[in-house]
Amino acid sequence: MVETETTTTKLTFGTVWSYAPAPEAVDHFTMPRRLGMFVDGVFSDAEGGRTFATINPATEEALAEVAFASAGDVDRAVAAARAALPAWRALAGSDRARYVYRIARLIQERAREFACLETLNGGKPIREARDVDVPLAAAHFFYHAGWADKLDLAFPGVQPESIGVIGQVIPWNFPLLMAAWKLAPALACGNTVVLKPAETTPLTALRLAELLQQAELPPGVVNIVPGDGSTGAALVRHPGLDKVAFTGSTEVGKQIQKALAGSGRDLTLELGGKAAHLVFEDAALDQAVEGVVRGIFFNQGHVCCAGSRLLLQESIHDVFVDKLCRRMERIRVGDPMDKNTDMGAINSRVQLQRIQELVQAGTDEGATLHQAKCSLPARGFFYPPSVLTGVSQSHRIAREEVFGPVLAVSTFRTADEAVEKANNTAYGLSAGIWTDKGARILWLAARMRAGVVWNNTFNRFDPASPFGGFKESGFGREGGRQGLRAYLRLPGALRQG
Amino acid sequence: MTRTLTSSDLRVVPVDAVALETRAQELATRSLKKETKRIGLELVVRMTDLTTLEGQDSPGKVRNLCAKARHPLAGRGDVGPVAAVCVYPDLVPVAAAALAGSDVKVAAVATGFPSGRTSLEVKLVETRRAVADGADEIDMVIDRGAFLAGRYGEVFDEICQVKDACGGAHLKVILETGELRTYDRVRLASRIAMLAGADFIKTSTGKVAPASTLPVVLLMLECVRDFFLETGRVVGVKAAGGIRTAKDALRYLVLVNETAGDLWLSPDTFRFGASTLLNDVLMQLERLRTGTYQRADDFSKD
Repeated sequence: MVETETTTTKLTFGTVWSYAPAPEAVDHFTMPRRLGMFVDGVFSDAEGGRTFATINPATEEALAEVAFASAGDVDRAVAAARAALPAWRALAGSDRARYVYRIARLIQERAREFACLETLNGGKPIREARDVDVPLAAAHFFYHAGWADKLDLAFPGVQPESIGVIGQVIPWNFPLLMAAWKLAPALACGNTVVLKPAETTPLTALRLAELLQQAELPPGVVNIVPGDGSTGAALVRHPGLDKVAFTGSTEVGKQIQKALAGSGRDLTLELGGKAAHLVFEDAALDQAVEGVVRGIFFNQGHVCCAGSRLLLQESIHDVFVDKLCRRMERIRVGDPMDKNTDMGAINSRVQLQRIQELVQAGTDEGATLHQAKCSLPARGFFYPPSVLTGVSQSHRIAREEVFGPVLAVSTFRTADEAVEKANNTAYGLSAGIWTDKGARILWLAARMRAGVVWNNTFNRFDPASPFGGFKESGFGREGGRQGLRAYLRLPGALRQG
Repeated sequence: MTRTLTSSDLRVVPVDAVALETRAQELATRSLKKETKRIGLELVVRMTDLTTLEGQDSPGKVRNLCAKARHPLAGRGDVGPVAAVCVYPDLVPVAAAALAGSDVKVAAVATGFPSGRTSLEVKLVETRRAVADGADEIDMVIDRGAFLAGRYGEVFDEICQVKDACGGAHLKVILETGELRTYDRVRLASRIAMLAGADFIKTSTGKVAPASTLPVVLLMLECVRDFFLETGRVVGVKAAGGIRTAKDALRYLVLVNETAGDLWLSPDTFRFGASTLLNDVLMQLERLRTGTYQRADDFSKD
């Protein structure tokens, strides 16, 4: 550990050459102060002109007033989607592809403003919004544009049909990217949509609505209804829907599943996670450290598939924790709009309190807390990168999803034990494996009860790769050929769930 | 000093190529604004080994280069001098005379540079002669033939002997990473060189492509950092070949800053081996000072 190094072998950083602030410019787009909901191709006020404020979590300053959609507004949106459905699903696949492709191109053209809005509203570093969120969002539309006229090739022997009107509820951690994950396959497959963005991060979804107008998407094909949990509840329970797709917490997912039971409506859920990240003694340790950092500190740990449980082979525990803690000190925490920031703001005060509570529980239960000694901005919601060592499987910090920059470290001795501990969780969204042995990778990957298994990398996404969970992490897949299945009916084919 | 290489020294931690390159790429996106850039570029100048390694090198060429090394921007700002002038061994006396009284070191490539395909006896004679003629630093090449054939002990012994032949001169050990081909071999070669007494480990001769790359230097920085934490000895790193622009050089400096830290942000511990880099750095520095780009001919071409 850094503390135990003698003075003669101490590394220091940042005293010779430090980086001046490098703020991303915001003069290239306009920030609307008042935003309507998007129904039937136009922006309009919510019923009774109700609005809610959305803020910048890095400064706690208000960014805009946003229409607060009521149950009545959701009703109107579902009716608009229903009315638009016959023409949209009757359109040739190649024509739908042109719209989806156009959306992808427009996202690329307006990438900078999307990145800025995402960072201002969500708190993630501009570097990630610019290099990950926005390019991936465009990639999802590109990818699905390619499928739109080849759906019968994706499922040979059947004539796939669109499902109908889909209600989609997305989370606040990747607001634009999750909208893309949901909208792109739904549109390519000939469905119409009512989408509810998260309460704290509605701005990029509404900017995307502007872009849909620009792309001349027929009115009603996509409707966007901002609001809080009550708006989401009104949407997922709406009898006019044919399917609900939800990404968010396991708790809410369970409520939705109960509400929809027996309704005949389709459902896919992408929920929480508590991913195991395994590092074996023969692994490329320096790169594994980078993988672990990316696994838990990417997007402040607000990632459902975050590698939040680090399982180290006991023989390398001390060496690895030393390296990790040293690396953690190099993470630049602060203003998300600074191009050199590695970790930005926690999305909301509520989330910050949840993180604080779980870390407290971790130390109360006997784990040792290591935190980066970074100075945090006085305003806004910030939390330092944190590692808890000496964590047992029974600790809350090993079982509950923190959804923050907090890593729980424990050890294993053999590959069998690693598998047992990795799978010993209610969740099963993702897992990571670091080892230099190819055969061991294959052996382990086959035994991980997780939807995505990353080998010698972590938190890498591609629209061609299906993403989804086991157990309480949900069901249904997004991306790839498998992801199309969630937005199609296959007459005559066995139901695959 | 007797140094030994044991079998456990040959067991090095593997390197994952994809993840290493990803990290190097990520660090290459750092945004450096005016003052940060100026401080960085001035450091780059002072870290530069101004190099000429051509068959056509002559005393006149070397003297011109030495003048540039002492005063990179004569009459315009207080920049430099560079760290060293790097020449072939026969031109060491010329460089030593031209640099007498300055802080600029004389570096000589030796040991059958660039291929190293000559006898150990000749390599040692060449090294001793260069030092006797006034070289402060020797840039040797490792025997890649022996290394790739798995004769690591031979590589190690040769570095030890050259190190002894250097006497008080500093030894930079060129790994020629472009011929080692894999990052795992770069890590092993770095370790062997450090154990054998290298004062610096250096990427390349500049005669083989690829020469220096960001991932290779990132890896070598991890090697010297870990060696320091293990032994307390600071071994320097020299990135040589293929670094032509100020922007490139700053990306290397970012790697140093965020991987090894303050101890390596000095001409004593990090160097750039380059010939054309200096003028681009000077041009950027002048732009920062005056606000406008100058003509290429406003910078001396030596």
